[in-house]
Amino acid sequence: MAVWRHKHLLGLADLTAEEIELVLSLAGPCKEIFGREIKKLPTLRGKTVITLFFEPSTRTRTSFEVAAKWLGADVVNLSVAQSSVAKGESFIDTAKTVEAAGADVIVVRHAIAGAAKLLAETVRCSVINAGDGAHEHPTQGLLDLYTIKERKGGFHGLRVVIVGDIMHSRVARSDIWGLTKLGAKVTVVGPPTLMPPGIETLGVEVAYELDAALARADGVNVLRLQLERQKKGLFPSVREYARLYGMNAERARRLPPDALIMHPGPTNLGVEITEEAACDPRAVITTQVSNGVAVRMALLYLLAGGKEDGLLS
Amino acid sequence: MPIKAEVMDAGDLRRALFRLSREIVEHNKGVEDLALVGIRTRGVPLAQRLAGLIGEQEGTRIQVGVLDITFYRDDLSLLSPQPVVHQSEIPFRVAEKKIVLVDDVLYTGRTVRAALDALMDLGRPRLIQLAVLIDRGHRELPIRADYVGKNVPTSRREVVHVLLKEIDGEDRVVIEELSAPSVGKET
Amino acid sequence: MDYCLKGGFVVDPVTQRQGKLDVLIRDGRIAAVGPELDPAGAEVFPVAGLHILPGLVDMHVHLREPGREDEETIATGLAAAAAGGFTAVAAMPNTDPALDNPALIAFVLAQAERVGGVRLCAVGCLTKGQRGEEMAELGELVRGGAVAFSNDGVPLPNAEILRLAMEYSKIFGLPILLHAQDAHIGREGVMHEGRWSTVLGLPGIPALAEEVAVARDLLLAAATGAAVHIQHVSTAGAVAMIRQAKEQGIKVTAEATPHHLILTDAAVAAYDTNTKVNPPLRSEADRAALREGLTDGTIDVIASDHAPHTLEEKHREFALAPDGMVGLETSLGLVLTELVRPGLLSLDEMVMKMAVNPRRILGLPEGSLTPGLPADLTVVDLERTWRVDPGLFRSKAKNTPFAGRELVGKAVATFVGGRLVHRE
Repeated sequence: MAVWRHKHLLGLADLTAEEIELVLSLAGPCKEIFGREIKKLPTLRGKTVITLFFEPSTRTRTSFEVAAKWLGADVVNLSVAQSSVAKGESFIDTAKTVEAAGADVIVVRHAIAGAAKLLAETVRCSVINAGDGAHEHPTQGLLDLYTIKERKGGFHGLRVVIVGDIMHSRVARSDIWGLTKLGAKVTVVGPPTLMPPGIETLGVEVAYELDAALARADGVNVLRLQLERQKKGLFPSVREYARLYGMNAERARRLPPDALIMHPGPTNLGVEITEEAACDPRAVITTQVSNGVAVRMALLYLLAGGKEDGLLS
Repeated sequence: MPIKAEVMDAGDLRRALFRLSREIVEHNKGVEDLALVGIRTRGVPLAQRLAGLIGEQEGTRIQVGVLDITFYRDDLSLLSPQPVVHQSEIPFRVAEKKIVLVDDVLYTGRTVRAALDALMDLGRPRLIQLAVLIDRGHRELPIRADYVGKNVPTSRREVVHVLLKEIDGEDRVVIEELSAPSVGKET
Repeated sequence: MDYCLKGGFVVDPVTQRQGKLDVLIRDGRIAAVGPELDPAGAEVFPVAGLHILPGLVDMHVHLREPGREDEETIATGLAAAAAGGFTAVAAMPNTDPALDNPALIAFVLAQAERVGGVRLCAVGCLTKGQRGEEMAELGELVRGGAVAFSNDGVPLPNAEILRLAMEYSKIFGLPILLHAQDAHIGREGVMHEGRWSTVLGLPGIPALAEEVAVARDLLLAAATGAAVHIQHVSTAGAVAMIRQAKEQGIKVTAEATPHHLILTDAAVAAYDTNTKVNPPLRSEADRAALREGLTDGTIDVIASDHAPHTLEEKHREFALAPDGMVGLETSLGLVLTELVRPGLLSLDEMVMKMAVNPRRILGLPEGSLTPGLPADLTVVDLERTWRVDPGLFRSKAKNTPFAGRELVGKAVATFVGGRLVHRE
């Protein structure tokens, strides 16, 4: 079993397959807490986790908050409105303030790629990237991996389809790093205008047509479509997008009977996924949410404990 | 580490467990509501063996749970990297049960303290007792065992190593000498 | 003061004169070049083991004055130029306010005059306020002392404005320095669009953003007959188009920066904002094409695009940091270390691209050590090993991704009009 030596989690690109497996193996014992009457461990007693969100998010922030609280940490939530960023409140300044307030771990969400790394370079405490621009969302990647592992037992030879706005998706990137490292075959599907150049160099197949990819998929991860992309002319209309790339009952029928339907949430029902497809027995969207708490607990345990010696910063 | 002395051989170990099983039944006046919980790692096979012995004697099946106490350790902030956590598997409700915690060696008492906390978080047992194969002294907390296979006086520079067939391929208890002073990891 | 540079090795591709020769400077001009010259009263300046080059010119710098004196001033910028071995620089007009009228040109020239060191060539705005909407008063700018016009830093979305400006500029015979970039393609981009932008999740600027503009601008140049100079060429496609345009006789010249010739987009991997430049650091293939263009003559000039920014501006989120890196004090060392030393460029060719060609494009006196010419020259120690330490920069700004890099080759003395403006 691998040994964890990271001080921060900025992206799955930085982890080895063994390190990813280590987090996933720890998520199991963490998930056991869900069934308990008393969902509280003393593990991180006296530690302070500060969530620092420069982008609105209830799901990810809540998930981190629950994970940290169940592990016994104190949690402080800080949402920094985009307006105060626009007013010139510097990111570095905010970061230093949060650290001085006593954070042992900062969970950061920011609209700009690389912001989590900048934070990690600025503060002395641990930093968890909760999504930075279109770069990575490693804990979402881990919870997707854990969900697949829980249902499928492993990754080797598995075919996973990621469909949607790959270009702007940090979830897609974290999934791609994780899945390919663990031996799964990934196909990314979406319109060419939402496909980032050179994505195939990350070891994935690229397709513009969804139905053929679905027929042999062990799982499909349906990405949320940011509706403002249409205004920028990246695709002609939501209607057309839904017809070409939306997950609906008919497409669900094409999926193999034991395939998983995943979605990072929140869903735009009727756009990238219909309610029928989201309620399909193969859909694991709510399981993903619970698993999110479990993998975040595992990660907080790995990052928040221990002395600094022996850690890579 | 050189082996300094053998404390128990396979026969000693078998006899000690047999005696412990008898004491547990006798002390609890039977096996009603009795369940055994082994502390990972070597408390688990010991609990399973004791449950087997008690079950044979009383003609019933004794439930066994597995407890991982890593999340409850009091030395996590001293360790790097963090120890690996395994699943706890308690396949019964602990509320109103008479629980016998089982571990291989009782030393500082810190593992047992963590195990008590872990167990209490799962519910409210009627009572908790402690069974250990070896009590080597040097307690750092006010904890004592209800059932002891063997008391072994040791120095802090020594390590008591319980070897079990299920894990190590043989049944044996040995004392080894540390070259550096013990950090109190062994409990 | 008059000087006699003794014992140096003269490199002069214009006269083809090369060898161990002394250079006599009298009254600000080159008086004689020859073996074992008699100083005849001039101060002997020993340069044994050093190379004497015609004064280098960086024809693409931003000195930030007026408006952003916290980033750089004309005084600090020219001091940096002198330290980097440059005898003249062409200052881009995207200051605040932009240099779109003769009074501002005169102000900039007066500030440089006051410093009294490296020569400043003022470039005037091509359009009023650099807005790309109306032609600036080009004639007035020339009257004020401008030597070229440019839209540097701001794409020109309106091809008709550019066409008219090219036609009109023929009155003066001055070149138009073009920052060729499409106004819409990759507008939100912050780095080269390719594998690295995908990995890093940063919005990309495709090579096409430059190539569409270069194609358009070359067509306009061909149609109008104006002299155009494509600034900081960064893509393989642009190099190919410029090569073809030259073959067709279009009056076009082109420059490349040391950073585009040396770095690729892989340098952005750690989100170092000092690697954020516009045009962005491009792919391996683009860099190879640029180097090829440099050696086959498609790229006429190496210029630094010296773009000073404060620490605060650069120490922030990558996408929000301003574009640009400083170059005046690293340009020569980088070119010598990364291009000349490995044999990609001869010393002669380097002098052509860093002294002779920029002077010809800007209409300055020839870059040569010919008696009668102003004594602008750069003395270089080709063997000097040094480490880039932004703390030692004369420039106010420290924004360079080359900090800590070991370089071989450095300017050790700079003469402008016979005056010693820098000496190590």
